[in-house]
Amino acid sequence: MSDKLMPDDTSTDDMTSDGAPVRVVLAKLGLDGHDRGLKVVARILRDAGMEVIYLGLRQTSESIIAATEQEDADVIGVSMHNNGHLTLAPEILSALTAAGLDTPLVVGGIVPTEDLDELYTAGVAGVLGPGASAEEVAESVRLAARGERPAPSVG
Amino acid sequence: MSSEETSNDDAAKAQWQAAYDELAKAGKLRDVPFETMSGVPVDPVYGDAPYPGQYPYTRGVYPTMYRSRLWTMRMFAGFGTAEDTNARFKDILRNGGSGLSTAFDMPTLMGRDSDSPWAKGEVGRCGVAVDTLADMEDLYADIDLGAVSTSMTINGPAAIIMAMYIAVAEANGVARSDLAGTIQSDIFKEYQAQKEYIYPPRPSVRIITDMIRYMNVEMPKWHPISISGYHIREAGSTAAQELAFTLANGFAYVEAAVAAGVDVDDCAKRLSFFFNSHSDFFEEIGKFRAARRIWARWMKERYGAKNERSMLCRFHTQTAGVSLTAQQPEINIARVAIQALAGALGGTQSLHTDSYDEAMALPTEKAARIALRTQQIVAHETGVTNVADPLGGSPYVEWMTDEMERQAEAIFAHLDELGDGSILEGVYAGIENGYFVGEIADAAYRFEREVNDDKRIIVGVNAFTDGDEGQGELLRIGNETEELQLKRLGEVKKRRDDAAVASALAAVTAAAESDANLMPPLLDAVRTYATVEELAMAMESVFGTYVEKAII
Repeated sequence: MSDKLMPDDTSTDDMTSDGAPVRVVLAKLGLDGHDRGLKVVARILRDAGMEVIYLGLRQTSESIIAATEQEDADVIGVSMHNNGHLTLAPEILSALTAAGLDTPLVVGGIVPTEDLDELYTAGVAGVLGPGASAEEVAESVRLAARGERPAPSVG
Repeated sequence: MSSEETSNDDAAKAQWQAAYDELAKAGKLRDVPFETMSGVPVDPVYGDAPYPGQYPYTRGVYPTMYRSRLWTMRMFAGFGTAEDTNARFKDILRNGGSGLSTAFDMPTLMGRDSDSPWAKGEVGRCGVAVDTLADMEDLYADIDLGAVSTSMTINGPAAIIMAMYIAVAEANGVARSDLAGTIQSDIFKEYQAQKEYIYPPRPSVRIITDMIRYMNVEMPKWHPISISGYHIREAGSTAAQELAFTLANGFAYVEAAVAAGVDVDDCAKRLSFFFNSHSDFFEEIGKFRAARRIWARWMKERYGAKNERSMLCRFHTQTAGVSLTAQQPEINIARVAIQALAGALGGTQSLHTDSYDEAMALPTEKAARIALRTQQIVAHETGVTNVADPLGGSPYVEWMTDEMERQAEAIFAHLDELGDGSILEGVYAGIENGYFVGEIADAAYRFEREVNDDKRIIVGVNAFTDGDEGQGELLRIGNETEELQLKRLGEVKKRRDDAAVASALAAVTAAAESDANLMPPLLDAVRTYATVEELAMAMESVFGTYVEKAII
């Protein structure tokens, strides 16, 4: 189901410490079908030289974790426009832990500022909200891949 | 103008005047002075033929337009439990809203119950949670369904929810033949943009043609499909793509109904449309005008419709949710006002105005009231309702209308070719080969790049960013909604007759396997308090599921 896209440049900015391009799994978590933002993010990351594994709609913690393991991904990006982030983000984080993975999770979509603390406390590596620029999107994933926490960008 | 054109125009004007006078004599004009704020009397229309109410209806579907009746102020609402939304409905009606419009939560839209593992975290968040008839009873409690018109935005499980609405009305003594409203039931745009489908396209279209056939006999005042460009635009399309994909979907439904043995007029006259009103003022107005002209021409010339009503593109408009900014949210009120004005100048039949806080959440009651007040200002203070198609004849507006039509025709030609002379097959093929989603994603990405590169200014986002005071008060739907809804569902399941449910579900499956119309067994089944998911699965066992190919 995944649509793997190879990077179209080899800028070293977007490589992990071992010199390989950052590999990102992108998914819509849950029933929410708003995929405009995630598709734009996928193209932004691809244009920034990352390898994007786009899982698309109706993914679960299990399907995302399976893809992360199989694709040896450096970062997971999930998008939610359904106001379900406070339920679904902690759920996938604990599923990751249970699977023995520490892959950083970046959450994108409609996230009110008042929820940021709760998401970061739960272990989310980055949050991208409405109005995040292409540079902020790429930077947050890049930092997450290096184990750093980017500044939240929720507009 | 040549003398022949002049005499044609005179004849058209005389015909229009007669139609106008007849409505005036019948007392069909609103009892307000049709004059400017300064007391200058104004004519009902200016410019040249064809006039409003005349083929191809570029200038409006009715001869009198808003002099007879303002557009319906239809505010979309739905959140939390049925009781929460029922209270919001009553607030809307009390504040001068003239129709109801129901937003369902994501599990309901996907045919899942609140107790499904899929529903976790999504119950009542984006709309109201409906699991069984009991929820629909509470949703419309103390509202006279014989007196209001109701719109329900649901597609995959549309037939199930429609059956529940009929059951609620009839339990309250309102005959189904007296029900007025619209159910969205536009499945094509789900595969193309909104992505709330259950079954593959062809069985989904069979359900829709069953609804059309049922309503032709049983529900003369109900619109079985609202063919929606709104979501296509929200997903990122251009104005012309919104126009073309939507009308092509409309042609496809007509072709499907005709193939199922329905007369073209019995189908087409019952269709209504739903467009987005975005911020590029003249492009939007040109789009609305072109929509009417294209629909009329295609119905008459390609599909041989005879009934004038079949040729009328009557549409609902909603301002562009995607244009709302999370930054400096109050300035969205200005965006909504401009978009609402475009809808009115474009001749819409009903209008939803978005609330300024909707970039971040469902609207608070205050924000929803301001949105309603915004369209009331357009309707009652600006004078734009005095004159039909007041921009008609403007060289720029006429050019834009022609340009929208030209771009749309190019897309129809592509779909016609894809479908070997059938728009229906062209739409199926375009869904299958990723044409629609690809075109929309390309347009969305182009727009984002332009904003990102500052080639396009979005106030408060990439320019004029001072003064953002944050998001203010937001409507939050907490976990208690989910807990409450699970409890309600559990109680309904406990008190219903399980044997009756099982046999009603079996009857739905049997109808799905045969050519029998699905509506009667669905109506029987909802009355046993079978759930949305049970009913959806009763059909899924025959129809299968649809999974989208993941393409960027």
